[in-house]
Amino acid sequence: MLNKIKRILIELGGIHRFVMRFFRELVRPPYEFKEIIKQCYEVGWKSLPLISLTGFITGIVFTNQSRPSLAEFGATSWLPALISIAIIRALAPLVTALIASGKVGSQIGAELGSMKVTEQIDAMEVSGTNPFKFLVVSRVLATTITIPILSLYTACVGLLGAYLSVNQHESTSFVVYFSQVFEAVSYLDIFSLVLKAVVFGYTIGIVGCYQGYNSSKGTEGVGKAANWAVVMSMFLIFVEEILIVQIIQGMRT
Amino acid sequence: MVNEREHIDQHTKVITVKGVSKSFGDLDVLRGVDLHLFKGENLVVLGRSGTGKSVLIKLISGLLKPDTGTIEVLGEPVDELDEKALQLLRLKIGFSFQSSALYDSMTVRENLEFPLVRNKRHLSRNEINSEVEDVLDAVGLLHTIGQMPSELSGGQRKRIGIARTLILRPEIMLYDEPTAGLDPITCIEINGLINEVQEKYKTSSIIITHDLACAKSVGDRIVMLLDGSFERGGSFDEIFDTNDERVKPFYDYNFII
Repeated sequence: MLNKIKRILIELGGIHRFVMRFFRELVRPPYEFKEIIKQCYEVGWKSLPLISLTGFITGIVFTNQSRPSLAEFGATSWLPALISIAIIRALAPLVTALIASGKVGSQIGAELGSMKVTEQIDAMEVSGTNPFKFLVVSRVLATTITIPILSLYTACVGLLGAYLSVNQHESTSFVVYFSQVFEAVSYLDIFSLVLKAVVFGYTIGIVGCYQGYNSSKGTEGVGKAANWAVVMSMFLIFVEEILIVQIIQGMRT
Repeated sequence: MVNEREHIDQHTKVITVKGVSKSFGDLDVLRGVDLHLFKGENLVVLGRSGTGKSVLIKLISGLLKPDTGTIEVLGEPVDELDEKALQLLRLKIGFSFQSSALYDSMTVRENLEFPLVRNKRHLSRNEINSEVEDVLDAVGLLHTIGQMPSELSGGQRKRIGIARTLILRPEIMLYDEPTAGLDPITCIEINGLINEVQEKYKTSSIIITHDLACAKSVGDRIVMLLDGSFERGGSFDEIFDTNDERVKPFYDYNFII
């Protein structure tokens, strides 16, 4: 039991040092702009098809599932407002982050893990390149920048999917639908979406990099790094979701 | 008698290791190791797997820190340098990894350009291309310039790995098991390449190996790592002129079996 506690404390110490090093390296030149842009392309652009599909389907399904409850009270005209609040406040950042943690988090964990066990990270270090800055800082920045953009995109695609359903069943026009959508959301809702997405993006990047950068035990370690990158980041995303919702609720009142 | 070549400057030590110990948990890997490398010398470190040979060169390059003892490379104490000074010192040290450690996501050209564009930012595109082609030509693999590492054979990967370290014109080369996992013909080619590199680039080298043919072919001096410290040193013949039961099977396995 004592050994287990000791191991957990050592792990927490390692995570703390890793996070602190990230912020140190972030502000210290030289800056790897080219690599950051490349990683933004990898994380953002390459996730678009999956995010588009998921966001679109989420919008349709959520609308179809919400309609019967509102129909009981003859309030289906509230659907656009309900959908916009649900998608912008909760679904868009959460769905994007969960998809990204599965796709991007595991990719980062596996990539850095395999680089670690095949000595590529050591090779970078001995050739006068700071591997932490090149590999970790660029990837964490890329996820922190692109997840908010992807979340806004998911919100748009989700709202479009919802519009198809609303248009089909309630014969609501495009203009009326979107005017109701924008009437229902406030700047605080958009702010909360972006805030959550920034925090989720950072979490996905830092957890994936931590697991990959510290992986060991050969190919088994690479698999574990990818797996833990997803499990840990999903767990943290839900914890952060609860905390940020509480903070935003406090700001709302 | 140590195999002395003209190029060895016996008055200048480029690496000095004094009383270095390193443990991993309860496992004592190195116990008070002393070692020096003369300028222009090819020093072979022989030993069985798991005796800490690779750990030794990782300590020398600053990838690991010793528990006790001191390491000086080109007059600088490796374990006392700050990050920036260590990074500068590393530019003078070429490290050829056992696994070659080529960057999988980059072509051969990008692998070779990587250290160059980061450390010699003043170079023009033409100069970079010329440097890359020069070192690739030196290892005889200019035709692979556009290929991915996954398309190369084990021997080619080793050569490209060596080329990547040469591109920064290091003063010291550290080879970690350069012939491990290669067929005998490729081993001979790699041994030849190590000697060519020494002659062309005037490097001083430490070659970690358990391959006696490699040791005999490239070593000016050989030291043998036994039980965590160096107990034997000298020429190839001196090393194996012994009845030490820890040394003899090593020789027998390589040359008789």
